[in-house]
Amino acid sequence: MTITATLINLYHVCKREMWLHANGVRMEQTSETVADGKLLHETAYPQRSEKYSEIEIGGSKIDFYDAKNKVIHEIKKSDSFESAHEWQVKYYIWLLEQNGVEGVKGIIEYPKLRETKQVKLSAEDKTYLQQIVQQIEALVSADVCPPRIEKKFCKTCSYFDFCWIEE
Amino acid sequence: MRKSYYLFNPGRLSRKDNTLKFTPLDEDGNEGTPKYIPIESVDNLYTFGSLDANSAMYNFLGKEQVSVHFFDYYEHYTGSFMPKDYLLAGKMLIAQSEAYSNKKKRKQIAQKLVDGAAFNMLKNLRYYNNRDKDTLTQIERIEALMLRIPFAEDIETLMGIEGNIRMSYYAAFNVIINDFEMGNRSKQPPGNEVNAMVSFVNSMCYTLSLDMIYHTQLNPTISFLHQPGERRYSLALDIAEIFKPLLADRLIFSLLNRKQVQQTDFDNRLNSCLLKDSGRKTVVKAWDEKLNETIKHRSLGRSVSYKHLVKLECYKLSKHILGIEEYKPFRAWW
Repeated sequence: MTITATLINLYHVCKREMWLHANGVRMEQTSETVADGKLLHETAYPQRSEKYSEIEIGGSKIDFYDAKNKVIHEIKKSDSFESAHEWQVKYYIWLLEQNGVEGVKGIIEYPKLRETKQVKLSAEDKTYLQQIVQQIEALVSADVCPPRIEKKFCKTCSYFDFCWIEE
Repeated sequence: MRKSYYLFNPGRLSRKDNTLKFTPLDEDGNEGTPKYIPIESVDNLYTFGSLDANSAMYNFLGKEQVSVHFFDYYEHYTGSFMPKDYLLAGKMLIAQSEAYSNKKKRKQIAQKLVDGAAFNMLKNLRYYNNRDKDTLTQIERIEALMLRIPFAEDIETLMGIEGNIRMSYYAAFNVIINDFEMGNRSKQPPGNEVNAMVSFVNSMCYTLSLDMIYHTQLNPTISFLHQPGERRYSLALDIAEIFKPLLADRLIFSLLNRKQVQQTDFDNRLNSCLLKDSGRKTVVKAWDEKLNETIKHRSLGRSVSYKHLVKLECYKLSKHILGIEEYKPFRAWW
């Protein structure tokens, strides 16, 4: 199976969402957050389209890759899942490295917060990614869907109705 | 928010740039003033009048994931234009097929569907029993029949119990509805006013279920209570069972008893009775309003529309099929 950056991200947010997403039970079509993110992606940096480009690598899509400066730009709406965002970008850097592109850096951009965050990939990070890739593979291919997590952010998740409907 | 559009008048529906254009046509084929419908506002279309259209329009609707449901002159649901599936999940399809082909698993789901439907029928009967309509005989009969559900050996037996429950339930319609007699349930064609209402509103409930299934990963052709292939999308029949008492029947009772639909809204012909245009419009308007009504949901703690309840039912069924959580049928709690 292909491990995508989305799965790396979801692994750090909610393992159940990761399982459902990986197994095709998707809810993006009903999610306002996803629609917002898409709009933000399209409108945040209109001048960028020519200089930067969207690339696809190992089944993952990088929003903007600046090949000249070797910088990955990842746009996010808010920093509420910061570590998940970081791991997503670190995974991109790792993928590029595996494909022979060394010395790549990442920037997470929060246009609405007017903030950016630098991301680098360390040796420990690589070991960690190696481990979780295996864990993700095992979790996703298991027949059992992980339990729902009872978090405050469940309320804004597009899977809320799916997870919480009982009778 | 997207909504349903109901096309009663004959005319031509076409694509005009990225908008839908409806041009009404009168009996002599003369064009009226066109109406424009922004595609972003369309959830689905229901067509009752004769509709001219070309493939460019259907390609457009397909791309925008808008389905079109067709009803013939006799108000029968005849079929749908469904855009290609956009939510495919191999794992779900395999699990759903497996839940169907495993006799025990299939029966377990079917039992819950019958039980949920019967519970909701009882809810209606009790409501009217508390309002000077004596439905006690039917309540007791249905309660007795429900006790047999857990012991049903196979789907055929279960369908038999379901049929008997429904017969007792329909017998109470004569008590509940003031000025009309239902008699025996007759369809294709319906024999009297109540039967005409039941047929029409049931088919609206069926298409609603179909629409909701379409927006989930469930496959509409694999059903549990009804035999797959009984109609093309038999899972919609299964899910509609649960909601007919709440959505369809309550609507029929109130429209007839409040005289919103009257004798003059029906067209009585030899051996058949159909809603006239006027009656159909009243019913569809009330139906649409009903679907958008909201209730505070117990387990979600937020307001949801009646329409959304049907989708939630699909989620519960999905979870059951994937082995996440046992399915509990929707039971009206108010």
